[in-house]
Amino acid sequence: MDKLDRHLLNDFQRDFPLVPHPYAALGEQLGMSEAEVIGRLAHLSDQGSVSRVGAVFRPHTVGGSTLAAMAVPPADLERVAALVSSYAEVNHNYQREHRLNLWFVVTAPSPEAVGAVLADISARAGLEVLDLPLLEHFHIDLGFDLKWS
Amino acid sequence: MELSDRDLALVSAIGDGLPLVERPYLAIGEAVGMSEIEVIARIQAMKEAGIIRRFGIIVRHHELGFRANAMSVWDIPDDKVSEIGRRLGDSPEVTLCYRRPRRLPDWPYNLFCMVHGRDRPGVEQAIKDLIQRHGLDGHGHAVLFSTRRFKQTGARYGRRKAAE
Repeated sequence: MDKLDRHLLNDFQRDFPLVPHPYAALGEQLGMSEAEVIGRLAHLSDQGSVSRVGAVFRPHTVGGSTLAAMAVPPADLERVAALVSSYAEVNHNYQREHRLNLWFVVTAPSPEAVGAVLADISARAGLEVLDLPLLEHFHIDLGFDLKWS
Repeated sequence: MELSDRDLALVSAIGDGLPLVERPYLAIGEAVGMSEIEVIARIQAMKEAGIIRRFGIIVRHHELGFRANAMSVWDIPDDKVSEIGRRLGDSPEVTLCYRRPRRLPDWPYNLFCMVHGRDRPGVEQAIKDLIQRHGLDGHGHAVLFSTRRFKQTGARYGRRKAAE
């Protein structure tokens, strides 16, 4: 990863150009061609450094979402985590250091659909699922400063 | 701003991100039956309405060397949680900050902050600094480091594809 890759990753996390040729607009700022920007982003995506070029939506304005937690017996963690990850509605799924050791985020077209996914997971895993929906958010999302400078 | 069915189709179409082609908005428009200009105008309108909080390159912390992440949670009295949440949310160490419900007796915490860093000691120090700067010493508190990531993808809204 070179200096131009670092600029690509750090400098365009918000206010991505809304013009017909956005990658050419990035290239103009970085001194490279549209094709090179596209090639580098494709490479960074393949590597896993870039998740996508896209939108972060305000929670609850489009569909529903929640954070959920389960206390899974350690011997069952592998199985239950795989079950949880198998849902397309689950987009984050982490093990954390706590009695409540499996934490995941569910997003779906409606709050009812979110509730149905939680109920289904609970029934199939045979474990209680804590539903911790967002009540208020305090952070203004400016992207993630990679602190490379 | 009320989202129309056409907006929802657009939200769903950009859920996986813009395609890496010369005219990505044109390509998205072709998929949902909109012109390139309309795609751009509707994304702009959703940004202005605050429905899209951020539009740009979304990176993966872990792959870029930010391998430590902790969910830092507190039990803050209800009449103080919004004010403290706003201050924590403005802190540079904090990447997300939310109020969520307690679930007694299993879960007594109502304020959630995510802190990312290159390593565990760095994240622990950042949390110590937050506690000191914001006078959070007397409140119930826990730090839940993540030990394993089973899945991380973009949120999927709107009409769902059959498989991911």
